[in-house]
This record gives sequence, structure tokens and C-alpha cells, in this order.
Amino acid sequence: MIPEIGQFALIIALCLAIIQTFFPIVGAARGNAAWMALARPVAQGQFVFVALAFACLTYAFVTNDFSVLYAASHSNSQLPLLYKVSAVWGGHEGSLLLWVLFLSTWTLAVTVFSRALDEAMLSRVIGVLGFVSVGFLLFMLFTSNPFERLLPAAPDGRDLNPLLQDPGLAIHPPMLYLGYVGFSVAFAFAIAALLSGKLDAAWARWSRPWTTAAWVFLTIGIALGSWWAYYELGWGGWWFWDPVENASFMPWLIGTALIHSLAVTDKRGTFRNWTVLLAITAFSLSLLGTFLVRSGVLVSVHAFATDPERGVFILAFLAIVIGLSLALYAWRAPKVGFGGDFKLASRETMLLTGNVMLSVAAGAVLLGTVYPLVHDAMGMGKLSVGPPYFDAVFLPLMVPVIFMMGVGPISRWKKTSVPELKTRLRWALGAGVIAALVFPFVMGGWSILVALGVLMAFWLFGAGVVNLVTRVTTMSGSESVTAKLAKQPLHYYGMLVAHAGVGIFVLGVTFVNGYEQEKDIRLDLGDVVTMDAYTFRFDGVVQVTGPNFKAHRGIFVVSEDGEPYTILHPEKRIYNSQQNPMTEAAIESGFFHQLYVSLGEPVGGGSWSARIYFKPFVAWIWAGCGLMGLGGILAISDRRYRIASRAKKAAAKGAGLAPQPGQGVATKPASAMASGVDS
Amino acid sequence: MGRHLRYLLPLVIFGVLAGFFYKGLDLNPTELDSPLIGKAAPSFTLPNLHEPDQSMSPDDLRGQPWLLNVWASWCVSCRQEHPLFMELARRGDVPIYGLNYKDERPDALAWLRQFGDPYSASVSDYEGRVGIDYGVYGVPETYVIDGRGIIRYKHVGPVTPTVLTNEILPMIEELRG
Repeated sequence: MIPEIGQFALIIALCLAIIQTFFPIVGAARGNAAWMALARPVAQGQFVFVALAFACLTYAFVTNDFSVLYAASHSNSQLPLLYKVSAVWGGHEGSLLLWVLFLSTWTLAVTVFSRALDEAMLSRVIGVLGFVSVGFLLFMLFTSNPFERLLPAAPDGRDLNPLLQDPGLAIHPPMLYLGYVGFSVAFAFAIAALLSGKLDAAWARWSRPWTTAAWVFLTIGIALGSWWAYYELGWGGWWFWDPVENASFMPWLIGTALIHSLAVTDKRGTFRNWTVLLAITAFSLSLLGTFLVRSGVLVSVHAFATDPERGVFILAFLAIVIGLSLALYAWRAPKVGFGGDFKLASRETMLLTGNVMLSVAAGAVLLGTVYPLVHDAMGMGKLSVGPPYFDAVFLPLMVPVIFMMGVGPISRWKKTSVPELKTRLRWALGAGVIAALVFPFVMGGWSILVALGVLMAFWLFGAGVVNLVTRVTTMSGSESVTAKLAKQPLHYYGMLVAHAGVGIFVLGVTFVNGYEQEKDIRLDLGDVVTMDAYTFRFDGVVQVTGPNFKAHRGIFVVSEDGEPYTILHPEKRIYNSQQNPMTEAAIESGFFHQLYVSLGEPVGGGSWSARIYFKPFVAWIWAGCGLMGLGGILAISDRRYRIASRAKKAAAKGAGLAPQPGQGVATKPASAMASGVDS
Repeated sequence: MGRHLRYLLPLVIFGVLAGFFYKGLDLNPTELDSPLIGKAAPSFTLPNLHEPDQSMSPDDLRGQPWLLNVWASWCVSCRQEHPLFMELARRGDVPIYGLNYKDERPDALAWLRQFGDPYSASVSDYEGRVGIDYGVYGVPETYVIDGRGIIRYKHVGPVTPTVLTNEILPMIEELRG
């Protein structure tokens, strides 16, 4: 009964989504207030029914209802509760439902937090979101119904892929999807603006917090996925340039460009049609990611959930959504114009350069991802593109981006003085050069790549410090330094933290690539391996039983400089329902390094093969991502968004008209404007 | 007007991409009919992975059916199928030869030590030239080659238990029979 309620709820949600698309958009075009007024309640209703459907599916998993085909293929009665819940999105149908749930959640958030937005704009935004929802609900109901029954019911479920039975992976897809789907809001704002023809700074201001929020989720989602691959696949890598990883990385790159471009459109009214294009592209790439993952067009590690039949549907939907948006863009963008001019030496130029580099990087990733397919479709034969290509194109593109990240925030809008920049930033550059010369020696050997990485990281840190110092010293008033620091807006600290996060990330990548040590060895009982200051003694293997698996658990006693340090327990697991062994690496994480042991195969006579890594600074990779995410959160928390929306609301009430852009700017400290150091 | 055309560019690019994706759907990469099926396996002479000073050629293997598995240490999907090959090697039904594709030798050897070595021998195709002759689309790929050196079957992507029992093993039986 419950699954039928779920299915019925989906059908109602579809009907509501159709209403949510048609009436608000047409109403906005015709100025019909009654039709526009439908947008909010209908969108909220859609959320209720999608949430109900999701609850029904979760119920089927938690209660082991294996008469539901999807539950029978992705769950198992022995599965721990956490994984029963995460198994809901462990396969195709459920992850689609999660997608739609998030879409309607974001839409709900728009209806709640955008009360001050003028009615026509809000209607269009909600209408566009409704349209996307229609597509996905149709897709689900026609090709991928999660509530399909299996009669007679299976005695037990086939089980969740053991690779996915992991706390990191339980929350990785929801984070990633929140990010993917979150770009739909920026997309809807862009389309609404194109429809209305009002691509002004107000539009950019409204889009900013939504875009940043989506970007934060995507950042965390990608980082979790990378962390999972690192310890679950058992070979110590953290990024594989797999098509599915690329599918999440492309929207991230474009999303990063979009955040910065929106800032320029918001502050300076320029970059307009470029910003719109980025907003459309970011969401298009999110849809493309869904298509690539779900259609089976590309072979990948994630191939546990593919089906070419469904690919046709997603592709058609993709063609409609992206095709229409880009056609609308081609029609309206020429009238919008780029807006505002600026000198070559200006913050706009720095941001545009960074933007273009990020877009080119996304293009390069797209090319590498689809090249095998294009090559094949052209009848030129089959080939594969591996990490060497991506590594080779990525580094040269990221070096200028990081350079701009140092220069951009400190330069002035419109026109900046190059000599002044040089004077200020020489300290940052100096810090970078000294660090690049010294650090590699401390770490155990100088190499050009390590030096470059250190230079970039310290350049970023240095530029951040210079920026903060400049900002405080040029601030007028006689308050103490702490008072001045406290006066800086949160979004400014957000920028500093996020950019420092990139520096931390770069350091992590540099040191782990430069100095990691790795040993693949055959170990007899009592054998000893030494790596850096650590000695690993192999004390054999014991058998253990988990809730739904059996495992061989290795015992590695680790000592540091002869002192007892820790005991590591890598495992080789066989899950009851499936026969493939799974590697569970054991990791000891310190601040500056990780010790990583993964158990290989028994090689006879009680000896085993094993892999031992010493990975300096590896955790900094994810810590850097965490800081980037934190920076985004700080930026969203800034009070100017709340002030802006309140000011708008008052103005809208007072004049009965849509307010003009730039009201929020009045709340900014005057000194910050004078120094020109402002985001 | 002319300068407005550039705003059409994104749409055009997307159109071209969508066209390729549409074609790509028909080209299901995991069930490709290789043009090589029924033809002689392209010949090669490559160094043995374990002993690089010795070389190996498929012509040495005439007289019995064998499997050619294209693998690499950087290939994540290879880990999925590997236990099946370990099992197959233990049973000894058919010799499995590995083509180590675009891989660094130390990485490849380490990989075999960690996950086990089911291969009667592996050769290293460092530059991927032999891979081109065989039309390697992506790693892993598996070929069934008969005793006369003719390619009889090709599987792209990780071999699953179903493919092994329904396609590969019956094919071997037939070739033996």
C-alpha cells in the first residue's frame, strides 16, 4: 500500500509541476497577477508530494519491503540501518527521486527567502524550476519508477554494492546532488532575467547567495567523493579523472567562475551576458553529468547504474532544456550587452582572466571526457583518454588562475595602478619565492614541481595577508586594529578563507605528489618495514565478522622513532551477499602526514602482500576543500544579503515598483570603498 | 547582425555535442561489435612485463584458445573483474594473457603483487600501439582468440560473472570441442 501512495504522490507532484511551469510563466508574460500568484503555493505543494514519495520509498527500505523491485535490488535485510537509508539513493531510480526532492527543496527555499523579489521575476524563476521538475518527474514515472512491484516478493534483497557501504558515501551523493541541483536556481534566475529582458545588477545580487550555496554543497560533495575513493579503493589515489568525477568537476569549475562573474555584475553591472552564459552552462553541465552517469555512454568506475535506453530520454530532455536556454540566450543576449567598461589594469580584467581560464579548464575536461566518444562516432576508431592528458592540460591553466587570485582581490575596480600593485604584492611574491626555495629542502629534496606548488600556495597566503593589512591600514578612523578587523564584512573573510583553502589544497597536492613513499611488499609474520620515521611490524592476520561481511584483518604495529605509535588494522572484506573482496585501508592520520596500509592477497604460508604508504600532507587536500566550503558559507552568511532583501521589501512596499539595483551598496563602510579593496 | 551571430555559438556547440551524444547512445561501448571479430588477431612482439628482455608474440600461442585481457594499474574497473580472472586462473580452464596497456612497469608489477597475478604472461604495451591495432576503446577489454589466432569474441568493460558464464566460457568450450 505504502509504495502505491508514493507513486500516486509522484503523479500529483507531476501535475503540480506542470501547473507550476505554465501559469506563472504565462502569467508573468501577460501581467496576469492571479496566475502569477499560483507560483508559490503550487511549488510548495509540489515539495510536499515529492517529500511524501521519498518518505514512502525510504519506508520500503527501512521495513525490508522486497516486493518493491528497487528495494529488492539495492537493499538487504542484514544491512545496517544507516545503509538501508543511504541505499535509497544507491541506484538509479532512487537517486533520481533524490534529485527531484532536492529540486523541489531548493524551489521551496526560493519561495520562502525571496518574498521581496518582484512578483513577475519570482513567477518566472519558479516556473523555470517547475519545468525542470516536469522533465525529471516524467523521466522517473515513464522509465525509472522506483515503486515498481516485484511479485512474488524476493525473500531477501540483492544488497547494496559493498563499495557504497560506507559512511562517506552515504552522504556524498546527497551533497553532490544538492550542489548540482542548486545550480538550477542560478539557472532559473538567468532564464527569468532573459525572459524579462531585465538583466541588471539586482538580478545578479539575487542570484549570488543561491549560487554560492550550491557551490558549497558541490565542493563538499566532490571532496567527500575523493576522500571515499582514497580509502575505499585501496590504492591511495584521491582523484582519477574518471568520467563521473569529471562530470561533477566541470560544473564546479564553471560554478566557481560564475560566483566571481556574478560578483562583478552585482558590483559593476558589467560582464552581464557572460554571467548569464555561465549560469546556463553551470546547470547544463550538471544535467550533462546526470546524463553521462546514467546513460552508459561512457565507461566508468561508476558503471553500476547505467542503462542506454534511459539515455535517449535524458538526452531529449537535455536538448530541450539546454537548447531552449541557449536559443533564448542567442536571441536576448545581444540586447543585454556586456555592460560597463574598464581599463586593462583593473579588477575586472583579473576576474575575467580567471573566469576564462576556469572555463577553458572546464572545456578541456569536457573534451577529454567526451573525446573517446566523438572519436568513435566519427568512425575514427576507439581510444581512451587517461590521467596523463588531464594532468598535462590542467597545470598550465591553473597557474595563471592562482596568480590572478592573488592580484585580483587587491586591485581596484575599473582602473588600478600597476606600480601600486607591485609595491603591495612584492611581499607576497617574496614570501612565495623564499618558501619555494626553503620548504622543499626541509621536506627532503628540491624539485621544480614542488617549488612551483609551494610558490603558488605561499603567494596565495601572502596575498591574503597583504590584502587584510592594506584594508585595515587604509581604513579611516582611530579605532584599534581589532575593532577594524571586526568591522570587515563576513563575505570579505569568506573570500580570504576560500582563497587560503585553495593554497592549503595546492600544498597538499604538491607534497603528496612530491614526497609520498610507497612500498608493495610480501610480508611474513613479524616482518618489519621502515618508512620515514615509522616502522611497521606485520603481526599476522585474524578473521573477523562484521554485521554483513566476513573479513581478514591485518595487524600492523607501528612505532615512531622506536616508540610505540599505533596499531593499524587494514581489512579485506567479503560481503555475505556478494563475492567480490573489498579492500578497507587502515589510515592513521596526523596533522602533517598519513600512514596508509592496505592488505593485498594471501600469498601462501601465512604471508600476505600489502601496500604501505607514507603520505605527507595528504589530509590538507580535503582540508583545503573544507576551507573553500567554509569561505562560501561565510560569504552567504554576510548580512548584506539580508539588508538588501529588507531594503528591497521596504522600497517595493513604498513605491509599489520593482526597486533599482544597488540599494544594498549604501550599507557598505565608506572606507572600504575608498581603499578600493572590496569584493 | 554579423557580430550577433557569436551569441549563437554556444547553441551551435551544444547542438554538435548533442549530435555526438545521440550517436554515442547507439555505440554502447560495452557491447561493441569489433570489426576485428572473425579476423586474425593483429600480430605484435612486445616485451614480457616480468622479464622485459624477453619478448612475446600471439603467434607463439597457436593451437589452443586463449584470453587476451587488456589491463592497467590505473584502471579502476580492472579491479572489479580481477577476482573473476583469479578464479578462472585457479581453475585453469583457459590460459589468460595480459596486455598491460599504457602503464608504468613498476606500477603494473606492484598491482599484480597486490591483487594477484592470474596471467600466464603479461606483455607491456607502454605506448599503446598494439592497443590501437586491437581497437582498444577503454580498459579493461577482453578478447577470446582461438587456436588459429582468430578473434572470436570481444568484451569491453569489466567482465561480469554473467558474461563469463554465458558468453566467454561457452565460447571456449565450443572452440575446444
